[in-house]
Amino acid sequence: MTIYLLLLGAPLVAGLIALLIDRDEIRPWFLPAACAIHSYAVVACWVRLPEPAVSGWFRIDAIALLVLTLASALFLVCSVYCLEYLRLRRGRDNRLFTACLAFILSAVSLVCVSRHMGLLWVGMEAATLAAAPLVHFNHNEKSIEATWKYLMMGSLGIGLALLGTFFLALAVLPYTGPGDPLMIDVLLARAGMLSVPWLKGAFIFLLVGYGTKMGLAPMHSWKPDTYGEAPGVAGAILAGVITSCAFLGVLRAFQICAAAGLADFARGLLVLMGLLSMAVAAAFIIGQRDFKRMLAYSSVEHMGILALGVGLGPAGSFAALLHLLNNGLTKGVLFLTAGNIHRAFGGKTMDHAHGALRRVPISATLFLLGFVAITGSPPFAPFISEFSILRSAVDGGRFGVAFGFVGLLAVIFIGMATTVLSVVYGTPNDQPQGPVQGDFPFMLMAPLALMSAVVFFGVWLPEGLTAVLGEAARLLNGVRP
Amino acid sequence: METLTSAVSFALLVLFAPHLMLGVIAKTKAAVAGRKGPPVLQTLYDVVKLLGKGAVYSTTTTWIFRLGPVVSLSAALAAAVLAPLGGPSLVAFEGDAVLFAYLFGLGRFVTVMAALDTGSSFEGMGASREVAFSSLAEPALILSFAGLAYRAGSLCLERMFSIHVGPSAVASTILALGSLFIVLLAENSRIPVDDPNTHLELTMIHEVMVLDHGGPDLAFILQGAGLKLVLMSSLLVRLVIGDLPFVGAAGAMALGLFLVAVAIGLVESSMARLRLVRVPQLLVAAICASAFGLILVLR
Amino acid sequence: MHELSQLLLTLIVFLSLYLLGSSSLTGCVNILALQGMCLGILPLAIHERGFHSRTFVLAAGMFVLKGFVIPRVLLYAIREVKIRREINPLVGYTSSLLLGALLIGVSFIIAERLPVPAGLRTGLLIPVSLATMMMGMLMMISRIKALTQVIGYLVFENGIYLFGLSIAYEIPWLIELGVLLDVFVAVFVMGIVINHIARAFDSISTEKLTSLSD
Repeated sequence: MTIYLLLLGAPLVAGLIALLIDRDEIRPWFLPAACAIHSYAVVACWVRLPEPAVSGWFRIDAIALLVLTLASALFLVCSVYCLEYLRLRRGRDNRLFTACLAFILSAVSLVCVSRHMGLLWVGMEAATLAAAPLVHFNHNEKSIEATWKYLMMGSLGIGLALLGTFFLALAVLPYTGPGDPLMIDVLLARAGMLSVPWLKGAFIFLLVGYGTKMGLAPMHSWKPDTYGEAPGVAGAILAGVITSCAFLGVLRAFQICAAAGLADFARGLLVLMGLLSMAVAAAFIIGQRDFKRMLAYSSVEHMGILALGVGLGPAGSFAALLHLLNNGLTKGVLFLTAGNIHRAFGGKTMDHAHGALRRVPISATLFLLGFVAITGSPPFAPFISEFSILRSAVDGGRFGVAFGFVGLLAVIFIGMATTVLSVVYGTPNDQPQGPVQGDFPFMLMAPLALMSAVVFFGVWLPEGLTAVLGEAARLLNGVRP
Repeated sequence: METLTSAVSFALLVLFAPHLMLGVIAKTKAAVAGRKGPPVLQTLYDVVKLLGKGAVYSTTTTWIFRLGPVVSLSAALAAAVLAPLGGPSLVAFEGDAVLFAYLFGLGRFVTVMAALDTGSSFEGMGASREVAFSSLAEPALILSFAGLAYRAGSLCLERMFSIHVGPSAVASTILALGSLFIVLLAENSRIPVDDPNTHLELTMIHEVMVLDHGGPDLAFILQGAGLKLVLMSSLLVRLVIGDLPFVGAAGAMALGLFLVAVAIGLVESSMARLRLVRVPQLLVAAICASAFGLILVLR
Repeated sequence: MHELSQLLLTLIVFLSLYLLGSSSLTGCVNILALQGMCLGILPLAIHERGFHSRTFVLAAGMFVLKGFVIPRVLLYAIREVKIRREINPLVGYTSSLLLGALLIGVSFIIAERLPVPAGLRTGLLIPVSLATMMMGMLMMISRIKALTQVIGYLVFENGIYLFGLSIAYEIPWLIELGVLLDVFVAVFVMGIVINHIARAFDSISTEKLTSLSD
């Protein structure tokens, strides 16, 4: 029980304190403190999974552990980044920013530990709402527009997810046993007796609803604006943590469908949306002048890869879950360094930012390495996961899918390369457009740490990690826990 | 003896009830505005006065123009024969509800024809507005009739428009009432669809169609229009009030007509006429209400 | 009770239809308040198994929240806005009304086809919930002013809540509270953003929010 309290309570308390404190200088320090406690709790979970609590409402299984780990790592690193970042942006009131960051961590933990689909929804909605002030941190006209689109589309998607949750309840009725019908364990136990049309409808709505939060095409249109206007840290959290959290919602829906024998129906939909997302991302990444929007489309692409992986069967699920981690870490690097470059040049388009290597050398190098990593080159971690997905496609005889996958990856590589290389190489304009801020230590530690993790996992996957990944893939595809 | 009493009472009803109702509406509006208002039977005095006058016919008009008022009054009288006014109707048969609706349609048709016959652009404008609104009010009327007919299991006006008990009786009755009230306001040129007291031709709908009629023709038109109002209101009343003790069905009808007249007066006093683009929306809402009532009854 | 729930559901669906045809911002907010009040009373009217005290509490909470608090928040958000009318929606008012009527019909047809398990509360609840959801979505995507988009979202949420009512299973009160709280916080956040939009652009028309694109 203490683990759950730490996971949920520490960030919540930190957020509340951040709301109440008046000193801008002290506030950011609560974030790393809370994140450290959170990470400690997650490490304890890796050592030994905690017992279920609150009569089975809270339980951490392998899938949840993966998402929790990613969230914890990203938050820990970003909270350290924030210390320096918020000091640089002292002109802004950071009360809401710090508080909402903490609340997001608490909400994401709730989504992970919750075994009740309704509670999962509540957590997801809370995370969505808590992220809105982050997007609006820059307080200019464009960020207002981005926040509005984010709120509208996000709310619509979350509403549809709630409808899907109700459909799930309808699928299991009439239910007279112990426990709540919307508990995942109850749904898995009664999987054979679920009403198929309601379950199919539930999966569709949950996929569309949580897919909107993930950013799968065709529900992705809010992503470029939101990621483009949010500060780099917010982008890292949004792209790394919240999308993974939403993916967890989709995974839970898939888990139930697989247990009920609808795995093929679900997989077909996932493959379709995965390829569509990759195609849309490819189409818009070419010629993208704004490198933050480019990263948003890259996020759409990788969400598509995740969906595709799960849709390809158990082997693909293993790869997709590994990719969840890899993508999150690499996106963290990319967004944090993009934020640094944006600040150094005062603009985020190719016209403003040229020759980042001259002005912010380490950030630019990390940005370049991040680009290489995210497009799937060895020796970085995403290569392993993307290659595994490709192999599972080929092994399963789905050559069309494999061909499309590789082709789209190639197109995206070319598209991103033009933007990234133009930003990184070359000579900067004579007059710096914004305040020249070179590389600051704290703000480099974060992406450096993440990058080393990416390289580490690209070279060696520890035993414990593969075991958890395998367990998660088994859970996902219908083997009872 | 029975037949004589009923014939005499029918004749009295047809002659006086329209004017009484119009008078009550005018008195209500006056009372709300703090005035005394015209005498209750003012429209009757107008009709009598008009009957004594001569008529002037434009040289562009043909026999259609002379036909209009006559046919519209006859159609209203024929509909009155069918309508159950305070007791069983004079003539009743299965399907008389359809005839009832179509008689009003006939009256509207000849009025529109007479208006177009004058060749004047004002009447043409009124005619086009009238037809546009009727094309939306008719479906509302038909759908509410359909719902009530299905509920009562018959197409006879007497049985359709009586108090019904059963599942979803209250909701479907309220919906039919609402829809029919809006249709009544639209068909009888009441606010919020049309202002009967306006003097500006550009804002008229029904008034402008009969602008060129004079003398006995206008008397027929006024009588016919008043009768139409009484008949449609009687349908509304029968949905809600059946037999009352002491006064019987006839007394209940009289009381109901009085209440409907007061209600119309209150609606007219509290609202302004809607903008012309808003009237179709109101009528679509009436269609939805009656359709919903039909759905409720069908389930 | 059955009659009362039927009346309330009819009123709810017609209020949604009225919203589709209304152009006044304050008028829309008032209609939304009325719809929220109906929704608050509805659980009491369709309850068949006897009253728990928590049904009263939840009904009262919803009544107050959706009938008073949320409309207040919305009106406060547009306190600085001068133009209180929606002038040119993407789908015109008459077309919206006709489309809304069509959606009501479609939802009845869909509800007939749905394989609903036994024990469902009212025959009218599922069609009305589907119709309200669809009309809310129509409002969200066809309106230009930010406030009417939020009202469309709230109508959409009302429809989903109605659907939840039709499930013959008591959603744990914690979840219901959570959903209610989430909707309130969402409206609160949206209200704040609308206020910022009003201040930055001097209008709440989302036509001004079109500078970001590819």
